[in-house]
Amino acid sequence: MAEAAPDDLKTVVLNDKHVALGGRMVPFSGYSLPVQYPTGIIAEHKWTREHAGLFDVSHMGPSFLVLDNKSGDGEADHAAIAAIVEPLICGDIRGLKPGQVRYTLLLNEQGGIHDDLMVARPAADGWGGALYIVVNAGTKETDFQRLAAAAAGKATLNRSDHCALLALQGPEAAAVLDAIVPEAVELGFMHYASFDWRDTKLVIARSGYTGEDGFEILVDPEHASSFWDTLLADGRVKPIGLGARDSLRLEAGLPLYGHDLDETVSPVEAGLNFAISKRRREAADFPGARRILAELDGVLERVRVGLLVDGAPAREGAPILDQHGAEIGRVTSGGFAPTLNRAIAIGFVSPAHATPGTRLQVLVRGRAQPAEVAATPFVPHRYVRKASK
Amino acid sequence: MTKFTKDHEYITADGTVGITPYAQEQLGDIVYVELPKVGQKLKAGDEAAVVESVKAASEIYAPATGTVTAVNDALSADPGLINSSPEGDGWIFKLALDDAGELDGLMDADAYAKLTA
Repeated sequence: MAEAAPDDLKTVVLNDKHVALGGRMVPFSGYSLPVQYPTGIIAEHKWTREHAGLFDVSHMGPSFLVLDNKSGDGEADHAAIAAIVEPLICGDIRGLKPGQVRYTLLLNEQGGIHDDLMVARPAADGWGGALYIVVNAGTKETDFQRLAAAAAGKATLNRSDHCALLALQGPEAAAVLDAIVPEAVELGFMHYASFDWRDTKLVIARSGYTGEDGFEILVDPEHASSFWDTLLADGRVKPIGLGARDSLRLEAGLPLYGHDLDETVSPVEAGLNFAISKRRREAADFPGARRILAELDGVLERVRVGLLVDGAPAREGAPILDQHGAEIGRVTSGGFAPTLNRAIAIGFVSPAHATPGTRLQVLVRGRAQPAEVAATPFVPHRYVRKASK
Repeated sequence: MTKFTKDHEYITADGTVGITPYAQEQLGDIVYVELPKVGQKLKAGDEAAVVESVKAASEIYAPATGTVTAVNDALSADPGLINSSPEGDGWIFKLALDDAGELDGLMDADAYAKLTA
């Protein structure tokens, strides 16, 4: 009964699990993945906000960049591996503490965004000179090429996208994981480590894409099924498809690469100033620094905003109008927010129209509908803000 | 007798139009419905309504030529009625047909069942 995916689509390790659970398989970033299970997107969305949702995000690009010749001095080896990736991105990698995960951006020379990604420093001493890097599915081939080229002769990029990458998200995620990998619950937000589970190691980060507390877990292909089953055996956990993943991240105000971010959008336009680390700003040593630093000084043509939309959802590409009907931007992500029971959107407008409360309009099927600029996240984040041990 | 279009609308003998259980299942959770106006004249195949799921918008076409005599205002507050009761409380609009004979060109339940098998 397992439906074969079309030849040009890749399948994830847990494909048969999704099919057996009644997942509706759709093509996404070159993979066949479940957009929803039989309960539907709204029920899955709400379950994640109230309990714990389990997402298969194995289409993404987890990898480890490892120094070829380690000195054995953990700090020196970390500085050496950081120096390889920093020229491609705007984040301070050298300054990462052991176990820390940082959200950063791969930039082009014009200050546009090749991809957004996570770069993390291993917690264990023996892992000095390595970085755990997770990139987006749609861009992973080019991202990996860029990283490998930058590392040539100095470090080796080991792809781990044959493994399963699972996200467990929601207010009950920590309680669920506490019964399976109790040590992992000690992780602080945006920290990761590897943990023993049965006869394998799980790479677990306290991070996610829903605005909730949660974990992203890398598990080898041989143990993926049993780990998935172990999580789902807990009644607080339900499988969640890509549809709810998108509505959850939209409510959380988190941008999606290829939609809200692309090769033309700069980190400042996207409201991701926090991803441009202080040390890197002062050194002005990242791609596109000239444009990005000018934008930080206020020379800005457009900025990313949240919109509360009245009436029908305004989807990607919908024109954003001022009150007089003049087009001032476009929606880059839009849809229905189950938590708010209304339509919301993310788009770009000129800074003059970006103040929360500004009344604008969106054009849907030729009709102007009221929309109001809103602060994001639309639904407050509930990350766990505790110090990592 | 209820008839069906290849676009998965149904129309009952009294001119009630909605989408089939198969169509609501394919669309998933309906979150917004744009209704036609009472008195609006529609030709067969005209866009009559729009239903939006979480993921996308889908047009609903007039199964036959006629005049809209009623719309289901309950859908504005509870668009999910289309999911829970597509052939009952989730009806979309009623059409007074110009020519009832036009329905003869649509599928009956058996033919529609074959289409969606």
